[in-house]
Amino acid sequence: MSTKSKSIHAKNIFNQDDRLKKVSPLRTLLNRPELGALGGAILVFIFFGIVAGDTGMFSAFGMLNFFDVSANLGIIAIAAALLMIGGEFDLSIGSMIGFAGICIAIPAIYWGWPLWMSIIFAFSMAVIVGYFNGLLVVKTGLPSFIVTLAMLFILRGATLALTRLITGRTQVPGLRVLIENDPIAWLFATDTFKWFFVWLGSMNLIDLRTDGTPLATGIPPSVVWFIFLAILSTWVLTKTRYGNWIFASGGDKNGATNVGVPVGRVKIGLFITTAVASTIFATIQVLDAGSADTMRGSLKELEAIAAAVVGGCLLTGGYGSAIGAAFGAIIFGTVSMGIFYTDVDTDWFKVFLGAMMLIAVIFNNYIRKKVTESK
Amino acid sequence: MSDYLIQFNNVSKFFGKVIALKDVTMKLKKGEIMCLLGDNGAGKSTLIKTLAGVYKPDEGEIIIEGEKIVFDGPKDALDMGIATVYQDLALVSLMSVTRNFFMGREPLKGLPFFKTFDLEKANKIAAERMGQIGIDVRDPSQAVGTMSGGERQCLAISRAIYFGAKVLVLDEPTSALGVHQASVVLKYIVKAASQGLAVILITHNVHHAYPVGNSFTVLNRGKSLGTYNKKDISREKLLSMMAGGEELDKLEVELKEINRLAN
Repeated sequence: MSTKSKSIHAKNIFNQDDRLKKVSPLRTLLNRPELGALGGAILVFIFFGIVAGDTGMFSAFGMLNFFDVSANLGIIAIAAALLMIGGEFDLSIGSMIGFAGICIAIPAIYWGWPLWMSIIFAFSMAVIVGYFNGLLVVKTGLPSFIVTLAMLFILRGATLALTRLITGRTQVPGLRVLIENDPIAWLFATDTFKWFFVWLGSMNLIDLRTDGTPLATGIPPSVVWFIFLAILSTWVLTKTRYGNWIFASGGDKNGATNVGVPVGRVKIGLFITTAVASTIFATIQVLDAGSADTMRGSLKELEAIAAAVVGGCLLTGGYGSAIGAAFGAIIFGTVSMGIFYTDVDTDWFKVFLGAMMLIAVIFNNYIRKKVTESK
Repeated sequence: MSDYLIQFNNVSKFFGKVIALKDVTMKLKKGEIMCLLGDNGAGKSTLIKTLAGVYKPDEGEIIIEGEKIVFDGPKDALDMGIATVYQDLALVSLMSVTRNFFMGREPLKGLPFFKTFDLEKANKIAAERMGQIGIDVRDPSQAVGTMSGGERQCLAISRAIYFGAKVLVLDEPTSALGVHQASVVLKYIVKAASQGLAVILITHNVHHAYPVGNSFTVLNRGKSLGTYNKKDISREKLLSMMAGGEELDKLEVELKEINRLAN
């Protein structure tokens, strides 16, 4: 606690003689965690607008393409952001994606389960894995970094071993035929607003295939899930009691416990959230590709954390936003796709990703200092 | 019924062979401020945790409003209206004043399953409560990190009172504060007591304790050296009791000896 700190308010008994100039709305905005990511996203769009404006990147098809990639990353980045605000990490996200894919494919293809049952099975496994992660972290008090790093290896290894044991291979194809008429699969496999794209095509506003159907067929399910999760998470974080508990658990575990916040329960819930988000990601990808691959999702956990950090989450917890993580994911998705439309070698993408994260961390650190220290 | 809100009768606490508290007796009426003085290691922390329900006394009894009580945990103590404000204040500096004020006890509104944190009401109450103690929180959504140490202390106390404290246990509320801020916090503590709360003020700073306290209990090496009313004891006497007066006298003699030898 700083004794040198000064109050910023006029008429305040602690500093009767201090007068505060009004904080400008711009200043207030600058203190928002998602500002950096929003600015970054705008810069990225301007950059590609100039460099790749005439290449088809910003055609309906091109845009859906990079929004699809962004949305997929966004689904796990938002969950990773919630967990980071709650003061923990989950490095098992990528392995969970691979595991969930296999949990859908093997029962559906080898055991003859209906697809919807396999999907529910995968989500149940996600809840169990998330619960186990959370319970271990909460009960042992070990850093979640270590616990989930162990889970990263365990899950990936189990996915590979079990798949080879049951199928003799590392890929499970043949899911596409099962999607039709399934009561649940459409949630993860249907393009929406198709009529709108047909209409756009008929007005000659978007590119058509030779058979007259539009090249871009509809909004992909990933984008719908992404928007839904971004809104839901923001609502939970800013408007509900549980949101307040997430901030409190990440901001000061002991303080939160002392005033009655069930910190353990909050954290376990957040670990379940990241595992479930990984499974949403996996379901969409598996149904889209029609096959599950044991290596699916590798390194996704790091991209999700990077997007959350770019979105303003502090590595120390207690600060950040879901919308910020969403913008972080849009930045990465747009650049990873947009780079194909430029003359730049795609190998440079990872360089960009790293540099972006460094800048974000430095910026976030500065913001935190401003928020926690008196002016 | 007893006049006293809270009484400790010969309370002892042992940790294995270590005697952390031995036969501590003290009592406190509504509207009184009792200062608990003691040097480091005197047993202040153990006493606080006994009050807060973290430790159960091994001997003796705690009587609240005439009834013998055994706390089963911190929540029991809180339910009985004994609120402890620890040195870390249980405030999250990255969170806003309002969110801290209602942390863990958020007011809700709306339909079942869709209940939201009633921030509007919470903001109003937080600003009002802080205003009552003279802290003008124009923007209750400002982060607690921007507040001064004294303001934070007042926020933590104000929160405890709002949530129904009858006995307020304050752990070193002024130790990290400058002179001006400490005096504001002390004024607020007196005001809280005048509204009918019993306050137990734990400190090692006699200069902060003496002006506000009605009675003083001095702890030394786990034992109570007695409880004194203000009129019965001087500031100097308290100071020497607390620091172990003989020890200081001895130190003086030794220093003189060193000086003599040096010359």
